[in-house]
Amino acid sequence: MNNPFIHIVRFVVLILLQVLLLNDINFLGYINPYLYILFIILLPAGINQTRLLFFSFLLGITVDMFEDSGGMHACACLLMAYVRPLILRFSFGLSYDYQTLKFSKTPFGSRLTYITLMVLVHHLTLFSLEIFNASHILSILKNTLFSGVFSILVIIITTTLFSKKRT
Amino acid sequence: MQQILSFLIRNKNTLLFLFLFAISLAFTVESHSYHKSKWISSTNFLSGNVFGFGSSIDSYFNLRDVNTTLVKENQQLRLQLERFKSIPIDTSFTDTATYNSPYKFYNATVIANSFSKKDNYILINKGQKDSIKPDMGVITPNGLLGIIENTSSNYSRIISILNSNLEINVGLKKSDHFGTLSWNGESPYKAQLIDVGRLAPVKVGDTIITSGNSSIFPKGIPVGKISDFSLDQSKSYYKINVELFNDMTGIGPVYVIENLMKPELDSLKNSTILNE
Repeated sequence: MNNPFIHIVRFVVLILLQVLLLNDINFLGYINPYLYILFIILLPAGINQTRLLFFSFLLGITVDMFEDSGGMHACACLLMAYVRPLILRFSFGLSYDYQTLKFSKTPFGSRLTYITLMVLVHHLTLFSLEIFNASHILSILKNTLFSGVFSILVIIITTTLFSKKRT
Repeated sequence: MQQILSFLIRNKNTLLFLFLFAISLAFTVESHSYHKSKWISSTNFLSGNVFGFGSSIDSYFNLRDVNTTLVKENQQLRLQLERFKSIPIDTSFTDTATYNSPYKFYNATVIANSFSKKDNYILINKGQKDSIKPDMGVITPNGLLGIIENTSSNYSRIISILNSNLEINVGLKKSDHFGTLSWNGESPYKAQLIDVGRLAPVKVGDTIITSGNSSIFPKGIPVGKISDFSLDQSKSYYKINVELFNDMTGIGPVYVIENLMKPELDSLKNSTILNE
């Protein structure tokens, strides 16, 4: 029964880390890593899609409450959760086994693809909603790229730090 | 029924996603005024087109009434024109017949109206393409209507006088006393005038006009007549109920007023505030 407990702890820790530390980094004035989406990335692969949508909505709306941004993070997390099965299938092969997919045991290349795609989907939605103007598409793409690179870096560092402990 | 339920159950994740996405999108749009204005102007495009189509059909039924009103107004304006031709021009009362008037009038038609809610808005069929900008005043041949709040390229939204958020500076016709006109939401035929000093010569039936103190309306636009009044709690101001000349339940052609002096007046007003 320690499985849901680990997820709850991860939820709380990631959100606190995000709103207290990471959102104030503002590297070069506007770039922030978004580490809290690691929660959605690390949810078990075989989880019920309905529960996945609910948890990601909860995650997004909690970050929104701290950030006073309305519903932007919730929208981005929802979209991320909706396309997660597609991205999982794309990065880990057509017939991945739901139950036995442990992230620490997958090859690095497919893990990188999975994380990159999830982060890009999330950041694209987030910045599109933040700017809300189709004529500023260049600014949206620039923000997505830079924040995305930063987030991917931070996420990969975190996953390698915290999963190598087991082995 | 069975098929509907099975469709819902088969696509429950997509439906849940769409539902939660709509909720978060609504939160986002509600909480930022930039997002809200972009959303309103783009939905104005959709609703404006639909209302425009509906009103073009409606307007055929009102042609006769509109024509008689316009002929009456033409007659009034011609009378005023003749009067001004014979006497020297008095520049304290501006209207379209005066030389070098700082006011420009655009005409427009109302395509959507409301008068039964607490905050009422009116849609007209002119927008940014016809040089309508926010904060321009709007009048009808009978009297005051409201102020332009938001424009998209083809349509504009007006805050009507029947809106609890709008306050206009108006005054008595026979003296220079003025007060604030607002609306308490009760009757679409009566608005409330407050802050008129106790020494003002107020009588039932007096005409109320715009005072010219604001940069949005020229002086002398008729607003309504006094139906009853009373002293307020502090006993130093009157609370007056004004019966509007405009029948807000049936409006057709309107005039949008542009004050060419407004940018200059506004920058002067704002600069004195900064210097304090």
